[in-house]
Amino acid sequence: MQASAIIEILQPLVPGAVFEPGRSVDFATIYVPADRLVETCLVLRDAAPLEFKALIEVTAADYLPHEPRYEVVYHLLSVSKRLRLRLKVRVPSGGSLPTVQGVWRGAGWPEREVWDMFGIVFDGHNDLRRLLMPEDWEGHPARKDYPVQIRKAAQTYEPLEVSEEEFRANIERDRVKRAH
Amino acid sequence: MAEIRTETMTVNMGPQHPSTHGVLRLVLELDGEVIQSVMPTIGYLHTGIEKTAEQKKWQQVIPLVERMDYLGPQSNSLAYALSVEKLLGLEMPKRVNDIRVLLAELQRLGSHLIWLGTHAMEIGAVSMLFYAIRERELLLNINELIAGFRFFPSYIRIGGLREDLPRGFHEMVNEFLDRFPTKMDEFERLLTKNDIFRRRTEGVGVVTLENAYQWGLVGPIARAAGSDYDVRKYFPYSGYDTYDFTVPTATEGDVYARYRVRIAEMRQSINLCRQAIARISPTGVWACDDTRVVPPPKDKVYTEMEALIQHFLIYSQGFTVPVGDAYVPVEGPRGEHGCYIVSDGSNRPWRVKMRAPSFMAIQALPSVVQGGLIADLVAVIGSTDVVMGDCDR
Repeated sequence: MQASAIIEILQPLVPGAVFEPGRSVDFATIYVPADRLVETCLVLRDAAPLEFKALIEVTAADYLPHEPRYEVVYHLLSVSKRLRLRLKVRVPSGGSLPTVQGVWRGAGWPEREVWDMFGIVFDGHNDLRRLLMPEDWEGHPARKDYPVQIRKAAQTYEPLEVSEEEFRANIERDRVKRAH
Repeated sequence: MAEIRTETMTVNMGPQHPSTHGVLRLVLELDGEVIQSVMPTIGYLHTGIEKTAEQKKWQQVIPLVERMDYLGPQSNSLAYALSVEKLLGLEMPKRVNDIRVLLAELQRLGSHLIWLGTHAMEIGAVSMLFYAIRERELLLNINELIAGFRFFPSYIRIGGLREDLPRGFHEMVNEFLDRFPTKMDEFERLLTKNDIFRRRTEGVGVVTLENAYQWGLVGPIARAAGSDYDVRKYFPYSGYDTYDFTVPTATEGDVYARYRVRIAEMRQSINLCRQAIARISPTGVWACDDTRVVPPPKDKVYTEMEALIQHFLIYSQGFTVPVGDAYVPVEGPRGEHGCYIVSDGSNRPWRVKMRAPSFMAIQALPSVVQGGLIADLVAVIGSTDVVMGDCDR
């Protein structure tokens, strides 16, 4: 089913919300406004022609330096209709979005992981703590501005061999852009 | 009679407990032997593979993702390769697809053997582990033959396979396929009607179909609860739609049902392997013909300037992938594996995210075992077949 067909089903059931079909190569992608997310998800789960009973995963991508910076991605599965759907929610830097735990209970940990890795806050989440990283960790490692590959000798105070800026410059230099 | 003083006790199970499959830590609140609450703590095996992948070129990510689910490495690399190929718009030749199917099914057998051995061992049938590991050894030998690496072959590549099949591959696979069904019968004779095994597993750890979907458990756990969802049937990839096989299901949703589903799956995998090996010619194409991704053949590299340049570019700069995102699911041994990739049009991935079935299974664990006995917890963990490398990534 095309994104436009799904939006046609959604539109009367979620009045006033602005859905936007996304570009995709595999299955339908729909951009959902953050304030209508829970409502939309309930409709997607329960509406007879859709029945997205299973939440496959929740993840995010950091599009620094673009703004809104993050896209939170939900993959849904409808077994009875043999459908897949990708929901995307744009979240600005420092922004938040509502949790969908009330729609699919399995959203708890994936959302916790997104908070752990990206620092995106899910309002109303019942247990938004560190999941993969240690409890006392600082920073959110999957963000694009989180330093990586900085060589640190354990338990000593030597200066860093590669600064964060140098490292990022190296990566950018190697990041070849070619037209297709 | 004096009143017996009762209070709940908090116990750490793991992260070094032998029946928690690696480094899963469960904080249990016990009332005698009855579990009041469970709090899983994960992350002990988190190695930041997804972050590391963003610093690598597209092809270099293959060995990384194989190290996530270390019992089913090639379902990870297949999911990743299929997603990248989707963005690149590549179609694989039939022979490549057949070899991929064969490897995926052999690997499902290998993974299920470890599950069978450890699961049975944890509920008392210790000898089962040795029988299972012995058969898995033959599968690791096949990996060694094709790639020189027993655990993480990295044989599946973006654009096809690493190289052609080695000599003796067909003999080795056929030898295994001839031998294995009788071993399966032996395994079943040990367990399927075993009174102790059935008493430990029947009616224990029931997951209803609705709960399975609610918690995102698609795979053997949902199929043991009455679902017939299998990615290979619903969203066929690598030519699975051209194979003749059935999806085993059960309706009880308990530990024993999951056992029966996985055993039946192994028999279906043998069946699929037989069909696949019959289709694969001993030599032939092992990659698609897209020169963006696949290096030119060696004889051309040594004789043609353009081929040499192309070879050099692929191995130094890597190739670029069009802007966009893709997610192609595959049916891994533990359920739906899938890799969500985002490309910014450069030679390195912008984001790689593996959908981990073990992650979802451990999340759902408290709801399954609450109110049960602590001994049943071990049976339930075994039956969900979690791999912590997959969960923590």
